Amino acid sequence: MNDGARLAAADRSARVRHADRAARFVADAGQTDWHDAVLWRIRGKRDAAAGRVEGWERLRALASEIKEHTLSRLDEYLAAFEEAATANGAQVHWAADADAHNRIVRDVLRARGVRRVVKSKSMLTEECGLNPYLEARGFEVVDTDLGERIVQLREEPPSHLVAPAIHVRKEEIAALFHEKLGTPADADDPRLLAAAMREDLRARFLAADAAITGVNFAVASTGALVLVTNEGNADLGAHLAPAHIACMGIEKLIPKPEHLGVFLRLLARSATGQPLSVYTSYFCRPPPGRELHIVLVDNGRSRRLAQPDFRAALKCIRCGACLNTCPVYRRSGGHSYGATPSGPIGAILAPGMDMKRYASLPFASSLCGSCSDVCPVKIDIHAQLHRWRQVAAREGYVAWPKRWGMRVAGWIVRSPRRYRLAGRLARAWLRHAPRRLRYGSWNAWGRARELPRVPDRSFGEWYAAERGKK
Amino acid sequence: MNRKRRQNALGRAEHRTRNGARAAILEAVRRARPRAAPLPLVAGVQDTAGDAELVARFMASAQAASATVRMVEAGSVEAAVREAFPGAASIASATPAWSFEQANPADEASALARLDVLVCPGAFGVAENGAVWLAESGMGSRAAPFLAQHLVLALDRSAIVPDMHAACDRLKTFGEGYGAFVAGPSKTADIEQTLVIGAHGPRSLTVLLT
Amino acid sequence: MKVGLFAPCYIDQFYPQAAVATLELLERLGCDVAYPRGQTCCGQPMANAGCAPAAEAAHRHVAACFEGFDYVVGPSGSCVLHLREHVEGAPDARYYELCQFLVEVLQVERLDAAFACRVGLHASCHGLRGLRLARASERQEPPFDYVAYLLDMVDGVERVPLDRPDECCGFGGMFAIEEEAVSVRMGADRLADHLRQRVEVITGTDMSCLMHLEGLIRRRNLPLRVLHVAEILNGSGEARNG
Repeated sequence: MNDGARLAAADRSARVRHADRAARFVADAGQTDWHDAVLWRIRGKRDAAAGRVEGWERLRALASEIKEHTLSRLDEYLAAFEEAATANGAQVHWAADADAHNRIVRDVLRARGVRRVVKSKSMLTEECGLNPYLEARGFEVVDTDLGERIVQLREEPPSHLVAPAIHVRKEEIAALFHEKLGTPADADDPRLLAAAMREDLRARFLAADAAITGVNFAVASTGALVLVTNEGNADLGAHLAPAHIACMGIEKLIPKPEHLGVFLRLLARSATGQPLSVYTSYFCRPPPGRELHIVLVDNGRSRRLAQPDFRAALKCIRCGACLNTCPVYRRSGGHSYGATPSGPIGAILAPGMDMKRYASLPFASSLCGSCSDVCPVKIDIHAQLHRWRQVAAREGYVAWPKRWGMRVAGWIVRSPRRYRLAGRLARAWLRHAPRRLRYGSWNAWGRARELPRVPDRSFGEWYAAERGKK
Repeated sequence: MNRKRRQNALGRAEHRTRNGARAAILEAVRRARPRAAPLPLVAGVQDTAGDAELVARFMASAQAASATVRMVEAGSVEAAVREAFPGAASIASATPAWSFEQANPADEASALARLDVLVCPGAFGVAENGAVWLAESGMGSRAAPFLAQHLVLALDRSAIVPDMHAACDRLKTFGEGYGAFVAGPSKTADIEQTLVIGAHGPRSLTVLLT
Repeated sequence: MKVGLFAPCYIDQFYPQAAVATLELLERLGCDVAYPRGQTCCGQPMANAGCAPAAEAAHRHVAACFEGFDYVVGPSGSCVLHLREHVEGAPDARYYELCQFLVEVLQVERLDAAFACRVGLHASCHGLRGLRLARASERQEPPFDYVAYLLDMVDGVERVPLDRPDECCGFGGMFAIEEEAVSVRMGADRLADHLRQRVEVITGTDMSCLMHLEGLIRRRNLPLRVLHVAEILNGSGEARNG
């Protein structure tokens, strides 16, 4: 097992300490350089693509409003979608939580005597832990998105919403494929590696008994599912296998086909800078003799919908733009979040699922706000991070020294006299204390940075002396 | 209780809990509903571009998506395909309009996977991104455009809409079981963000504008 | 026009020259400026740490200090944003970051100041995306930049474009300590950009970001200095330019 896998397995239940994981990532300066540069390049492509759309900011507002409307009537749209999809010949299932979702998928597979399953990228199934669940029950599950397949073979979770294996270097992939697919030991040309996976997966597509896919959008009025890929893997899976199981969170609905245009204009441009992904597939009816199952999953979404401070996160269309623009994500890697999705959106989703485990994530941000500015559906991500911090502290997930430190600070600044005294003491200490005391191991600031040079007089003292007589 | 009856009972219980899940989810959602927010009107961008302008934009977008675009006479699609793929052993199409081998839904997938070139009629194109809408009826089978090694789409140059608003407007009256926007050949950048054409699907996409 | 000078705690204690420059600049531009001596801290550190209740007393104290002023102007985008956004109750629109006040309220068109230097402008995030002092690079709207606009009025300032015009420096308050490794790396990357452009002085609206960058500069002995933008706009940067 490699490092990432060990990391992932070791503390699936423990608290995620983002800072520690990030420190491990950033310790490899070369890898950090590369990771930052390659994701910044994607943001650059996103900026350029968005810049070529007239009225981009208006389009974002439109998408946000459509989502807000849909959420405000979600129960009606869900019922309408179910009716339309059922009329189209699909079987609609409802899952209250991850466990129910996994059981439904298992039952559908068992009922058909399925053994081999191909699966295209789905953040929902990651959220539900579907792969390990099915594998433990004897099913063979093969992820078919190239990046997903790479992380599956490495036995680790995806590190990025759109580019799951962005943390892996091609030399590592070469070694992995040499071991698993028998490519030449030193062959690290991405074209050759991708070609080897194409051959391997084609056979698996043709032999699959069932295909599992995610869903990008579900159209309430027509019961149609919309799937977006660049590789074509979702289509190959769904069209070749006798049964197609599409798993979706209940927030994926949009009212009508004409609303799709708004989101499709935003999605790929925000994700990769492409004006549209290669394949945007519109599934209405299963072909004769085939089965289409749609699993509608709540898993905490209705609870979030009831939270005015946090419900906007349900607008997310999983484009990954907030990851690419995030200066912290670029320098700490997706695995530092210990959550899927990772990055800023993960940091506002995960605490709602499990605060105990993810209490550090809202603090893994400088609150620079770029995430909210790139978000194609205008989720107030950085404001939610700020609000999740308050929840974390309220529920006791902020360490006591910090909580008490803040209380003391609040007590000091309530009184100008206490504040001035504390300021004088701090300045005297910074000026006169021996360096080894000032830069003791307690001082995280001073590990790589000098403390400020302190002046003789505070501004207040200067003002009293120079202007006080006026 | 014998085994079969027990299983039936279990099945019924399972059915009940699932209906229970449906009702519980809808009820939870209904209770959580935020204050009603209006549905905004989606008005497409007013685009006054002429046909020639749309064709030029479409060509640039499709080429940027790694597609090859050629202008051909309506009657010379077959010749253009044969000229573009001189070494192809098998060329198929789902429409009798052209004299290629006939692809149909009953074709074995493994045979389709060996197909060199599939030629499909595109319903309409989108200028802003170079995508072509492909309806199921033009594919032969749903898997065919993804399994063929190379894909050729023939598109009437007067059937190009300016943007995705106009394109998705057309989906309102779409009556088939499946369709897809196709913008370029299948591709991936999952290895170090290096673009590789021909991920799982076709290794090339050619759009013939008639 | 009665203007209250808001000197955030860390500026008061560690960087008084930024507050002096702010005061002098506002006075030269004709404002009637007073500094309420009892002011302390705006409460942002507590609220950003998740301990908003610990900041409530500070909020009340700030409000009491600045009662009766037409405007409250401070040389810190971050603290001003906190007072505008995170205080319970009606947001108080009297609070202004210095540059925003100069451009939007005073509508300054010229400044009598000189500073001959290659200057890199660090766009602090809270001013940039919170107060909208400039167009953030990810937004698709016509570019504008209040701070650059003002700097360009100063004789001799050679404003140098950066590879990444508005990337975060990694300060982020407690973030600088809790996420020390990433924070330091972000700061180092920001400095590398300025060094590539042969910047001599890094300036900005927020001394907190500059404090973080200065800490790195001094530890690494880099050929860079930091100055609050008020000092350059006031012409007092020149005096310290040696």
